[in-house]
Amino acid sequence: MKKYTKTHEWVEVNEKSATVGISEHAQDELGDIVYVDLPEVGKEVKAGEVLCSVESVKSASDIYAPISGKIIEVNKVLEDAPETVNKSAEGDGWIAKIEISDPSEIDKLLDKTEYDKLVEEEK
Amino acid sequence: MDPYIPNTESEVEEMLKVVGIDSIDKLFSSLPQEKRVKSLGLPESLDEFNVFLKLKKMALKNADAQHFTYFLGAGMYNHIIPSVVHQIVSRGDFYTAYTPYQAEVSQGSLQTMFEFQTMICELTGMGISNASMYDGASATAEAALMAARFKKKYKVLVSDALHPEYIETIKTYASGPGIKIETFRHNESGAISIEDLKSKIDEETAGVIVQYPNFFGVIEDLEAIREVSKDILLITVTNPISLGVLEAPGFFGVDIVTGDGQPLGIPMNLGGPSFGIFAIRDDMKLVRTMPGRIIGETVDVDGKRGFVMTLQAREQHIRREKATSNICSNHALGTLYASVYLSLIGPKGLKEIGELNVAKSHYLLEKLEKTGHFERKFSGEFFNEFVVKTDINVSKFQERLLKANIIGPIELGKFNNLFSRERFSDSDLMFCVTEANTTEEIDRLVSIAEAV
Repeated sequence: MKKYTKTHEWVEVNEKSATVGISEHAQDELGDIVYVDLPEVGKEVKAGEVLCSVESVKSASDIYAPISGKIIEVNKVLEDAPETVNKSAEGDGWIAKIEISDPSEIDKLLDKTEYDKLVEEEK
Repeated sequence: MDPYIPNTESEVEEMLKVVGIDSIDKLFSSLPQEKRVKSLGLPESLDEFNVFLKLKKMALKNADAQHFTYFLGAGMYNHIIPSVVHQIVSRGDFYTAYTPYQAEVSQGSLQTMFEFQTMICELTGMGISNASMYDGASATAEAALMAARFKKKYKVLVSDALHPEYIETIKTYASGPGIKIETFRHNESGAISIEDLKSKIDEETAGVIVQYPNFFGVIEDLEAIREVSKDILLITVTNPISLGVLEAPGFFGVDIVTGDGQPLGIPMNLGGPSFGIFAIRDDMKLVRTMPGRIIGETVDVDGKRGFVMTLQAREQHIRREKATSNICSNHALGTLYASVYLSLIGPKGLKEIGELNVAKSHYLLEKLEKTGHFERKFSGEFFNEFVVKTDINVSKFQERLLKANIIGPIELGKFNNLFSRERFSDSDLMFCVTEANTTEEIDRLVSIAEAV
């Protein structure tokens, strides 16, 4: 079950960790992604803080951590194939896996319906 | 009617009518009377002929390279510039063109910059070059910042045999982001002490900066320096014209090469403008932390070759405060001087020029030593500059040289407030000899020295 942020990131909770990435809508807005500046494994992040950045040909966008925790894995595929984010933003194009420090944060995020509504409103 | 403003009186009247005021002065009505300047205290205006006359008289007071021979280096050098360089560079399309805002429309400009980048890579043995920085000092300072950025560490070691003004510039740039700049010593050979460098490298160190040839003219042992600096970034400031005879820094595995491009066909121009060299090893991760513009080669929709400004997402017009640098321009015209110069002389010519520099500087040193009044201060091998101690009256020497239309050596004591350890006396002189100094001029300098 994916949850979304207002800043267009998603998070999917597994057992003890959560996978994060950018939404389908975000990848579409960014255009062809040419580089993902993957975060460092071991880095501690707080919800709402910059997790990493993603570059397209003409822009660079900060990606915000949807939840707080420690980064335990990053998607190395994106190092040589950043376009994976465009092809499958909410699947193979995941960015990092975070060890959740505060599970209650997830409840504050938007579900798919609420997120889709937000995207509609922003148009 | 002003000859430089194209609007006619009737056009001005029409514009005023549209805006709804009756005079240009009313446009400034929001400026309080008491803040307005009453007069600028400027002299009467002159016509073109008299302006030229006045400026010419002032210019004639300069001891320029057309009328004086130079034995002075220390960062700016008098080299022979073929007249074709000036011819090509003066073309209106090059000379007056400002930085292209719709870069891809200026394919000609982009191509010259791409060729320039290619030549710099060939010359320095590096993999990627940017389209230039403003000058050697700021390019080196930016390299220090880049090392800190890339390694995420906050100390950079700097050779104290770097040009002292470059060290000052590095310190200025480092003060903002709080990077610690620590210098390490040179020894009696004039080259850096490997032991001192080794002792200063720790877990906080991001990189080390050395100059090749260094400020005192001595050629550093890049191989040995690379040996002890394996885990940090090695930055080398170079004199590009020396690379015709010196091994390219890239050959030793240097990570970043910087330097000033002035020796490559740019007149000294009272100190500038020239351009800064900035080249790195071929590393796609490292390039993302590199400052400056980069021109790339690609193909258009029809498969035809074309040029673009690439990797722009590093730059401040996209990243703002997170950019790799606040630099938003380059010294394109300077790089054009260098590109034309290098194309004209080619690798063979560059080697010949390098050999002449080495031969003539060593010839001068030999003759100075023979007089018995000059002793070399450092023992290391040198390119075209060397430091000597003398017992002759230096001010008399310099005075007599000037009278003979010769610009003499620099007195290193002048830099004492910038040197961190060594203090030079008024009798420590640094001579520079290039291919532009004739044997006759060298002999004349020596006889003037003997006569003092």
